Amino acid sequence: MSDDILRSVTQGQLNSTIPMVSVGDTVDVHVKIVEGAKERIQVFTGVVIKRQGSGINETITVRRIVANEGVERTFPIHSPRIAGIKVQRHGHVRRSKLYYLRERVGKKRRLRDRRRGLGWLVQQEEQQSQEAAEREAKEKAAAEASGSEG
Amino acid sequence: MAQAILGRKIGMTRLFDEQGHSVPVTVVQAGPCFVSQVKTVESDGYSAVQIAYEDIKPRRSTLPLIAHDAKAGLVPMRFHREFRTGSEDQFEVGQELTVQNFAEVKFVDVVGTSKGKGMQGVMKRHHFSGMEASHGVERKHRSPGSICSRSSNRGTGKPKKGIRMAGHMGADRVTVRSLPVIGIDKERNLLMVKGPVPGSKQGLLMIREAVRLNKSKAEMLKAS
Repeated sequence: MSDDILRSVTQGQLNSTIPMVSVGDTVDVHVKIVEGAKERIQVFTGVVIKRQGSGINETITVRRIVANEGVERTFPIHSPRIAGIKVQRHGHVRRSKLYYLRERVGKKRRLRDRRRGLGWLVQQEEQQSQEAAEREAKEKAAAEASGSEG
Repeated sequence: MAQAILGRKIGMTRLFDEQGHSVPVTVVQAGPCFVSQVKTVESDGYSAVQIAYEDIKPRRSTLPLIAHDAKAGLVPMRFHREFRTGSEDQFEVGQELTVQNFAEVKFVDVVGTSKGKGMQGVMKRHHFSGMEASHGVERKHRSPGSICSRSSNRGTGKPKKGIRMAGHMGADRVTVRSLPVIGIDKERNLLMVKGPVPGSKQGLLMIREAVRLNKSKAEMLKAS
């Protein structure tokens, strides 16, 4: 019962626009930075090496290489300071925590792209065909509109 | 009118404020409480307000307590606690106290019973440093050291009263002062305060308006 209350208290602050981020993904994290009165957005791009916590306490740790030096930042993903998270690539990993990347140097740092199962392929195809259909419908509508005008 | 209420600790979580700072928050389910007795100097020798919290099955209560609650026009209640607010005459017997009374309150004191730690040594209980790991120390690494000598305590050779030693730790009444109130939830009777409060989840807490504030918090209150 206590946990239900805690969950409901934090419900309003959860950010529902955050995409599914999994360990091994390469992500762009858009961070709001306040400088005096101004506010700007900085992008931190790197590999998610850790995903921790649940609900409003959920954080991801992103690792990137800056000037040959590994930099890790941990973001509470529901923080209002996170303007958005974009997943660039899915990496193929077999661990939930990628601490081994810290010891990797050079090309070995890179993760293989995730190979998806059949279900994912079917889904992709369906999505593409749906998009194509939508596009066609739109074009048709546009053509009709221009036709009626002409 | 100084406010007071009883509640149970629900647990801790975090909330983000307008600046995006993460604020550690303890959620307390507080009230509704009822004034079960108003003590006055004339009748009791001192003035205080006794408030009651949480319904209880009559068979789990005792007849004297049931009668005491009935006198105030209440159903049997589980907890009865007294507060000395300094404005006792503004309370009426049977009056309902809810978290809504805390809508204007900025800082509160929270009283609870800390988690019991059992029998503990001096290092944990009183933050002694213990002894060295080596340099001839044998089997005495966590011991308190000397507690008295022949000439201590005016030459009696007995330890002074109040020498800190190993013993039972925790399960004490603890007051945390001047915690900022983060928010209230009228529908669910929730009170959110910043930072930790004593005791385990579901533990009974007494919450009252902060008795005194330190300088910075007083200034914050004035500014708001």
